[in-house]
Amino acid sequence: MSALERRPDERRAGTWMGVLILFILAAGFVSFVVAARIWWLPPLASRQGVITDQIFNAILIATAIAFVAVHAFLGIALIRYGAHGERRAAHWHEHLGAELTWTLVPAFGLVVLAILSEVVWAHVYSAPPRNAQVVEVVARQFDWHVRYPAPDGRFGRTDPKFRSTSNLFGEDPSDPVNKQNVVTTNDLHLVVNRPVAVRITAVDVIHSFFLPNFRVKQDAVPGRTVTIWFTPDRTGTYQIACAQLCGAGHYTMRGNVTVESQAAFDAWLRSQQKP
Amino acid sequence: MPTELLKEKPAARPRRGPGAPGRGYGGDGARPRGPESPVVAPLTAFIAVGAVLAAVAMLFVAFTTAYLARRQEAGWTPIALPAVLWLNTAVLLASSGTFEWARARLVRADPAGARHGLGWTAGLGAAFVIGQLAAWRQLAAQGVYLASNPHSSFFYLLTGAHGLHLLGGLVALAVVIVRAHRNRYTPAAHTGLAVCALYWHFMDALWLYLFALLFWL
Amino acid sequence: MGAVAVREAAAAHEAHDESFIRHYIFSLDHKTIGKQYFWTTMFMGLVGGSLAMLMRRHLGWPEQGVLDPAQYLQAATMHGTVMIFFFLTVILTGAFGNFLIPLMIGARDMAYPFLNMMSFWTLVPGVLTILASFFAPDGPAGNGWTSYAPLAAVAKLSTGAQWGQTLWAIAILFVLISSLFGGLNFLTTIINMRARGLSMGRLPLTIWGIFITAILALLSFPVLMAALGMLILDRTAGTSFFVPPGLLVGGQLVRDRSGDALLWQHLFWFFGHPEVYILILTPMGIVSDVISTFARKPIFGYKAMVLSLAAIGFLSFLVWGHHMFVSGMHPLLGGAFMAATMIIAIPSAIKTFNWCTTLWQARIHFTTAMLFAIGFVSLFVTGGLSGIFLASAPVDIYLHDTYFVIAHFHFVMASAALFSIFAGTYYWFPKMFGRMMNETLGKIHFVATFLGIYATFFPMHFLGTMGNSRRLYSESFYPFLAKAPPIDVFISISAFVLGAAQIVFIVNVFYSLVRGPRAERNPWHANTLEWQADSPPPHGNWGPEEPVVYRWPYDYSVPGAAEDYIPQTMPAVPAGAPAGGEGE
Repeated sequence: MSALERRPDERRAGTWMGVLILFILAAGFVSFVVAARIWWLPPLASRQGVITDQIFNAILIATAIAFVAVHAFLGIALIRYGAHGERRAAHWHEHLGAELTWTLVPAFGLVVLAILSEVVWAHVYSAPPRNAQVVEVVARQFDWHVRYPAPDGRFGRTDPKFRSTSNLFGEDPSDPVNKQNVVTTNDLHLVVNRPVAVRITAVDVIHSFFLPNFRVKQDAVPGRTVTIWFTPDRTGTYQIACAQLCGAGHYTMRGNVTVESQAAFDAWLRSQQKP
Repeated sequence: MPTELLKEKPAARPRRGPGAPGRGYGGDGARPRGPESPVVAPLTAFIAVGAVLAAVAMLFVAFTTAYLARRQEAGWTPIALPAVLWLNTAVLLASSGTFEWARARLVRADPAGARHGLGWTAGLGAAFVIGQLAAWRQLAAQGVYLASNPHSSFFYLLTGAHGLHLLGGLVALAVVIVRAHRNRYTPAAHTGLAVCALYWHFMDALWLYLFALLFWL
Repeated sequence: MGAVAVREAAAAHEAHDESFIRHYIFSLDHKTIGKQYFWTTMFMGLVGGSLAMLMRRHLGWPEQGVLDPAQYLQAATMHGTVMIFFFLTVILTGAFGNFLIPLMIGARDMAYPFLNMMSFWTLVPGVLTILASFFAPDGPAGNGWTSYAPLAAVAKLSTGAQWGQTLWAIAILFVLISSLFGGLNFLTTIINMRARGLSMGRLPLTIWGIFITAILALLSFPVLMAALGMLILDRTAGTSFFVPPGLLVGGQLVRDRSGDALLWQHLFWFFGHPEVYILILTPMGIVSDVISTFARKPIFGYKAMVLSLAAIGFLSFLVWGHHMFVSGMHPLLGGAFMAATMIIAIPSAIKTFNWCTTLWQARIHFTTAMLFAIGFVSLFVTGGLSGIFLASAPVDIYLHDTYFVIAHFHFVMASAALFSIFAGTYYWFPKMFGRMMNETLGKIHFVATFLGIYATFFPMHFLGTMGNSRRLYSESFYPFLAKAPPIDVFISISAFVLGAAQIVFIVNVFYSLVRGPRAERNPWHANTLEWQADSPPPHGNWGPEEPVVYRWPYDYSVPGAAEDYIPQTMPAVPAGAPAGGEGE
């Protein structure tokens, strides 16, 4: 059993191994089909998510073809070419045409996917529309804090030097506008079909502002503020998750998102105004 | 066994690919190699030192990018240049000179002169390290410490990292001096001394670069 | 220096009356050092695997509270750290690299045996430090194996606050220095110590893989060393390289610090992405050699294989930003990193197709080593394909830091590298220890591991599509993850099966070490040089004559030859005969 035998019959082992590979092919494929009905992308609630999901599906189809093709080839080769008898393996090891084919075909597919992705990427990180509602988000171990503008759309002056546990945004007490700004904890309200620009930062460690239903994720990095925008297009309640390890309470860092009509939003904002 | 291969019938077309004999994949008569071959050793040592210097260079490339990125941002207060650094720079440049002088003496079959030059190099190298420590003391006396501001942090970090590498060079130089005293180097074969010199000059150039980076670039 | 070292090495070969300490502990022999690495890293692999079992025990049934949140994060962090730095990186280069390089290139030892010994003995304090950190007050580091700043840089914000994170950085510094010593040796040895006739174009692909790995290590490890140095200063000396201004720590505003949190990520991933390929290029080489040997067929597209190794190595320095698509770096940079990332998939695809083509019209011998090599191809394809989702930046916005990423890198980097380690162990065990491993136990080990790995990591894709972030102690806080627990239970049970299968491997190793049948010189009828030495090779590897190489290592099933393999030492054409006389 040690050395290679002179006249082995490895065909039975080859059949088993080939079947094992084909089983992986089938199980992998079927599990995706089943998962697509139960364990899949959460219901979509934003406009930008539509194109993201389209690219996701395009990649899924391309990779499924490659997965099936390679495993089928592998399985068939294993079943067919187990060693047996005196015959030797073929002795060829170069073929320019074949090698060019499998350099250029994947290259073409990847270039197409890259171009599609670049277009979407540029759109996602484009400047927010002028009519966008602006909110500010500050992440802190382990909560999301949201700041809304005054009724006229203005934000009061802030400076990190004013920061404290009761003033996470660092609002300047001498600026009267700050009295009209609303600050909430773990409660993000958005207007349906109106773009929203979110200015995100953090005050202790890096968090990540993750809205699964909106296909939005942006790290909240202390020391810098990043603006992202998206358009919620379905009313309802959703969640903010933290997607970057931020300490022992990382798993508890949940915020709620409410998407509602402009009227409902205005009413809610008035109810939150400081007396 | 080899003769059996001969009995094959001639090929319709010549075998191609890397397996085929004589297609630029190394002749059968490549030059002798192996630990016994004295010709190989210098090349090995130079490749090894070259690799070390590449790694050292990457270390300081990383520090440099961090430094340049940080300098763009707010809160950057430059520290005053400790005057002793000028002296240190001159001392280190001189040490490279004495090293080359020692090598020239060795090549001209003057081993005593070479040992003399190596001793001077080690002395100047040690003086440089002491001078760097003096610069640290100077800054500390002004109340500028490691954590005082970004520029001082980088100053201590970069001079410290460079100093550690130079101390490594001093250890290598000590080995070279011991070997020189045992007459292990000849005018024709002195790889150990040559690679040590290469490392030493690199440390010299690295210091000039860091000095410029920290205060002028 | 070099000449003397070489002379000393030659002298060492003649000193056969070595003491026990000289022979087994502070040995200069590359084979002994390779075995020291093998046992040390296998032990660390066991530590990392046990931590994974602990994590899965918790994640399957989080409501039972086997671990508290900090302990869970510490288990996860140490699992990643131990597996990446102390197992995969070190076993591939340290164990296989040290053992195989001189044997496969026909040298008597490494270029610098003393440096080689130093390399191992620099690793040991690293291993002890990381093990000691488990007993530190507050426990070991728990901020992820990536240790992002400022979480890891400000002691009061970290998990494992007091000592764990600092010890983590020190331990990794030791590993990196040790690997640099090793890489230096590998480079010089491969460039300069090859047997007569063994040109670079005739090197086995295993050696090519190790060669390019050594270059990557030499250029990327110093960058992490710089970052670790700054991290240690930030934690202990109060500097602020990675600590941004305006932090609230423990309710207090920190006024005197002003650094950049993203700087750590840039430095870490500039090291981190080459590191990923450091973990996969050597496996690619090992698998190429194993497949060719047991397919009894030359590897398809040798030149393409070498070129794609080199291309992957080069491109690996240009793609680090794809770990940072959502970090807030400039979108234009993100676009550039996405393009480079898509390009690096091409050489990987070429390699996969070449392995598959090698099997076509082959005469395959299904030894355990071959099964693991075939398993490698399957795992690498699966992991590579999920990488395309993550390479696409807009899709990565959603999938970033979810279990989809965990599934991806466990397939492509962890499992595939692990399979190549198993393939290499079954393949070279006879050469290392002079005995054959048990094939029946080996096949049981393979089937259980292969199915176990797929069952463990494939469902993680679906946790990812659901939006389940990684490093979550429990999903119970997020209603959109309500359907996740059944998957977690399934994964945990699969992981236990996978873990149990490794017991078969451990039993096999120790059983074969004592009771395995004696190995002949060349049990697999392979062509490469190491099979021309005794099993196990004596001190100095070769007898009085060093081997001379006449051909590339893939002359399998040459038509008209007496055997279906022609070792590299077989003269191509006897002197005086016309060249190019072999039939196609």
